[in-house]
Amino acid sequence: MRSVPVPAGWGMPVRGCASAVLVLYGDVPVPVWEGDCRCPSQCCGEDAGLGIGADAVWIWGDAVVGLRSPVPQVQEIVFRNFYTAFLSVRVQRPGPSGSRRWVTCLRDLCLMPCPHTEEGSQDYFCLRRHQMLCDVDQVTAMRFILRQPSPVWLHFTIEDLQIFPPGQKSPQKDFPSWLSQLTPPEQPVSLHGELPDPEKVSTEVQQMWVLTEVIRARQAAARIGRFDVDGCYDVNLLSYT
Amino acid sequence: MCFPTWYSMEVSLHKPEIKLESLKEDIKDFLKTSGWEKKLQNAVYSELNVFPMPCHPAAPPEHIKEPLAYMRKAQGSWEKRILKSLNSMCTELNIPLAQKRPVNEQKELLNKWNEMGTDEPDLSLFRPVYAPKDFLEVLMNLRNPNYENGEQPSFKNHLGLIQVPLKVKDIPELKEDFSELGLNIGQLGIDDSAQVPPELFENEHIHVGQKVLAEQDSAAAQQYVRQGCPTALRADLWALILNISNQPEDILYYEQLKSNVIQHDLLVDSLIYKDVKLTASNDDYYFVFEDYLYQVLLCFSRDTSVLEHFAYSSATPPKSYIQGKLGMEEYAVFYPPNGVIPFHGFSMYVAPLCFLYHEPSKLYQIFREMYVRFFFRLHSISSHPSGIVSLCLLFETLLQTHLPQLFYHLREIGAQPLRISFKWMVRAFSGYLATDQLLLLWDRILGYNSLEILAVLAAAVFAFRAVNLMEVTSLAAAEAVLADLSTLKVMPLLQIFLFATVT
Repeated sequence: MRSVPVPAGWGMPVRGCASAVLVLYGDVPVPVWEGDCRCPSQCCGEDAGLGIGADAVWIWGDAVVGLRSPVPQVQEIVFRNFYTAFLSVRVQRPGPSGSRRWVTCLRDLCLMPCPHTEEGSQDYFCLRRHQMLCDVDQVTAMRFILRQPSPVWLHFTIEDLQIFPPGQKSPQKDFPSWLSQLTPPEQPVSLHGELPDPEKVSTEVQQMWVLTEVIRARQAAARIGRFDVDGCYDVNLLSYT
Repeated sequence: MCFPTWYSMEVSLHKPEIKLESLKEDIKDFLKTSGWEKKLQNAVYSELNVFPMPCHPAAPPEHIKEPLAYMRKAQGSWEKRILKSLNSMCTELNIPLAQKRPVNEQKELLNKWNEMGTDEPDLSLFRPVYAPKDFLEVLMNLRNPNYENGEQPSFKNHLGLIQVPLKVKDIPELKEDFSELGLNIGQLGIDDSAQVPPELFENEHIHVGQKVLAEQDSAAAQQYVRQGCPTALRADLWALILNISNQPEDILYYEQLKSNVIQHDLLVDSLIYKDVKLTASNDDYYFVFEDYLYQVLLCFSRDTSVLEHFAYSSATPPKSYIQGKLGMEEYAVFYPPNGVIPFHGFSMYVAPLCFLYHEPSKLYQIFREMYVRFFFRLHSISSHPSGIVSLCLLFETLLQTHLPQLFYHLREIGAQPLRISFKWMVRAFSGYLATDQLLLLWDRILGYNSLEILAVLAAAVFAFRAVNLMEVTSLAAAEAVLADLSTLKVMPLLQIFLFATVT
C-alpha cells in the first residue's frame, strides 16, 4: 500500500475546539487501517486531479484528516458535507496495556446515497456518541477518513467541523426543553371518587398552561396582512440587494 | 390555520361541566366528539405535507430553502434579471410599480369587480417579464462548479439539455412510488369509460369517495384520489386534501384582499391582465372564466400570507423601499405584497380550478394552497425532487433510457426533446390537455404530493408519438407532431409507459 508523504504542521481550522493547531503525520507511511487490514479499492490514481486543497493526506483517492482531539470525551460531532460519499472515523485511545491504539468508532457512514448525484452532497450531519461503535472517552487524536468513489467531482471534503464534549450541546432550535420534561407517564383516572391527587392535577394544569403560553407567543408573529407602511405603498423601483 | 382552531376550542372549553381533575381526558373526549380531533389531525397532516423534514439545527435558513450553494446562486442571478427587467419596464413606461388609486377610480373598479374582463385597457406597451423559454435557457446553463463539466463528450456529460447531476428516479422506482396506477388496479380515466360496466369499479369507487368525505379525513382523501376523483366529488375532495374549509374568517380575509386591490394599483396588475388576455381568454375551455381569473390573481398579488412559503422555496421575494428611502428598513416593503412576479402563462395555473369552484373566496384559497404546495416549484431553480430542474432531468433520463433511438434521432436533427416538453411541465399541462384529462392528472399530483408525474407524462407522450417523431427531420416538424395534445387520454398513457413497456 502506497502512501503520500505529508509535510507536518498542516492545519485545518476547526471551530469550537480549544486548540486550532492540528498535527498531521510526517514522512511516515500512514496506513488507512490498522489491525484488520482492509485495502480500499483503487478508484483513481494520485494525479486524477481530485483533492481537498492543501489540508489532507491522499491515499488511493481517499482523504484522511487527522487532528489532535480537542476534548478527551466526545459527545457530538457536527459538520457540513461537501461531496464526501462515505465517512469513517477512528479515534486514538489508551489501550489495555497502557499504549495508545487506534479504534474505529464509525465505519463507512453513508453521506451520499448515490455518490454520482447531488443527494446529501452539501447537507449538515451530526454524529452522537451513542451512534459510535466504541467508547469515545479519553480520546487523544482523531482521524476522519473521507471517501468519494465517484470520479465526477473535482473536490470533496467536510467543512465547519465542530466537536462537542458532554454538557455542551450543539445549538438547539427554539423548542423550550422544559416543555418536553413536563409530561408525566400516563396513568388511568381513579374511579373511586376520592379527592384527586393534587400533585397530578397540578402537573397536568401546568402542562396545559405551558402549551397555552407557547401558542400565545406564536400568535404574536401571526400575519396581519398589511403590506403597506402607514397606509403608504408607493413603490418606484425594486432593490437589487 | 392554527389560530382560529385554537380560539374556537378555547371558547368551547369555558363550560361548567368540565372538572379540573379529569381535564385532560375531558379535553380528549371533547375533541373527539366535536370533530375537532379530525380537524387537528387534518391540519397537522397538511403541515407535514407542505413543510420540509426538520434538518440539523446547525443548518441555516438558506440551507432549508435550498441545500446546494450553486443553485442558490443561480436562483439569485435569475431573480436579479427579473428585477432588472421589471425596473426597466417601469422606467421606460414611466409608470410607478405601485401607487394609491384615486378615489373615483376606486369606485369604478368596485362597480365593475365582477366583470373586469369587459375592460379593454391599452396593454400594448406591456410585455411579460419572462416566458418559459427564457427560463429554459437559464436552466440549460446551470452548472455545478465542483463537477467535471468537460467540453469533451464523456460519461460525465448528460446527453440532454440539463447538465446538473441531480438524483432522479428510474422506472422501477417510479413503479413502486406510483403503485396505485398499476395495471390491475382500477383507475378513473380508464375503468370508467363507456365500455366498462360501472359495477366493476366505478360505483364502488364513488361509494368509497362518499365515505371518505363523510369522515372528513385528509390523509384518507389523499390516498383515495390516487385512483382518480369522481367529477361530482372532486371539488370537496381537493378542498379536504388541501385543508380548505372556507370559514367566515377566510371569506373576510378574501374581502380584505379585494379592498387592497381597490385601494392600490400595481404594475403587476397590468401584467396579469395581459397574461389573461394572451392565454386564458384565447383558450376554448377557459375564456368563460376570464372575470374569475382577475378576481383571483389580483387578490393573490396582495396576499402577504404567501410570503410564508419563501421559507421552504429557493426563491426570495423582491424588495423595495417606499418614498425613496433606500436602505432604511422601516420603509422596506415586498413587491408585489405576495412576493411573486407573474410570468407568461401564470394565469393558466388558476384556470382549470374555475371548473370546480365558483365561489370566489373558495376558488382563491384553493389556488393559493395549490401554489404554495406545488406550482411555485415549477418556476424556481432548486434541487427539490419536484422542482422544475429535477423534472426536466427526470424527463430526459426516462426518454434516453427507454426510447434511446428516438432520443438520439431528435438530438441529431436539433430537436432536443426538452425544448418541446418544457412548456408542458412548467404549466403542469394546463392549456395543453383537455380539461377532464388535466383534472385527472392533477388528482394524482395531489394524491402523491409530487410533481414527478408531469415528467413521466411528458415522456409517455413522446413514447406514444414515437413512430411519427422518428420520421421528422427538423425541430419545427417535431413541434408540429406534438402541437395538439387535446385528444390524449392521460391515464392509459401513464399506465402503459410505467407498467406495460418492455424494459
